[in-house]
Amino acid sequence: MQNQALTEAVYYILLSLIRPMHGYGIMQNVEQLSGGRVKLAAGTLYGALNTLLEKGWITALSEENGSRKKEYQITCQGKEMLRCEIIRLTELIENGVRILEELK
Amino acid sequence: MRKVTHRLFWIWDFEKEEKWLNQMAERGLALVSVSLFCYEFENCAPGEYQVCMEFLENDRLQNEQYINFLEDTGIQHVGTFHRWAYFRKKTADGTFRLFSDYTSRIQYLTRLIRFIALIGGFNLYVGCYNLFLYLCQEPHSPISLLGIINCLLSALCAGVIFWLLQKRKRLQADGQIFE
Repeated sequence: MQNQALTEAVYYILLSLIRPMHGYGIMQNVEQLSGGRVKLAAGTLYGALNTLLEKGWITALSEENGSRKKEYQITCQGKEMLRCEIIRLTELIENGVRILEELK
Repeated sequence: MRKVTHRLFWIWDFEKEEKWLNQMAERGLALVSVSLFCYEFENCAPGEYQVCMEFLENDRLQNEQYINFLEDTGIQHVGTFHRWAYFRKKTADGTFRLFSDYTSRIQYLTRLIRFIALIGGFNLYVGCYNLFLYLCQEPHSPISLLGIINCLLSALCAGVIFWLLQKRKRLQADGQIFE
């Protein structure tokens, strides 16, 4: 099991790609999921998508005729990364809530 | 209606150049075309557009794909001049920037540092070679003294690289705490 933390951007990108989505869709979806807090810039997203493709965590779907926008989708490996990350984040939250509670 | 302006910006003044282009956009002049020291603008509503510049990689296919990707997100590609790409985006869509995290910003600075190091190194080589010629040749060839200009240019490049390295160091330090 991977124990390396994912960046916030990558976490939200992977989450967005549970369904097929194109670049601009990912940007909008992440902004919406985070209540406007995380605004991915296009250049950053492009680099992240390429890295995720290289790692095999996402795949590029073949373009439909007429639609020039390339869509991406998460792979099984990517879903596994997400599950591990959620376990990691849960541990962080539980410890944080518990320890700060003890202060009271 | 179009307006053509000639203005000299050195490569290392890219931040100044971008600031100037955004000031023009604030005044209602949006960039529409770029070539050597020459900028063409068209009238627009004041502040309607924001402009960003990026120094691209040395890979034409990759750059084409990158620009296509950016255009799909509503960014307009104004033009590219020697790996310097100019983009504009409507302000109504939100603050325009190409990078939003430390990793990509640090990567970009590294790209710039490498390029300027190349220019600086080349000038240093040519400058030293010329000065060496000047000192060794009898009679002295005054043209070789131009090597001084090369050396000055490479010193300038060194200064710019130092400034960029400082910037990158600050980003790296912050990047250890924040994302």
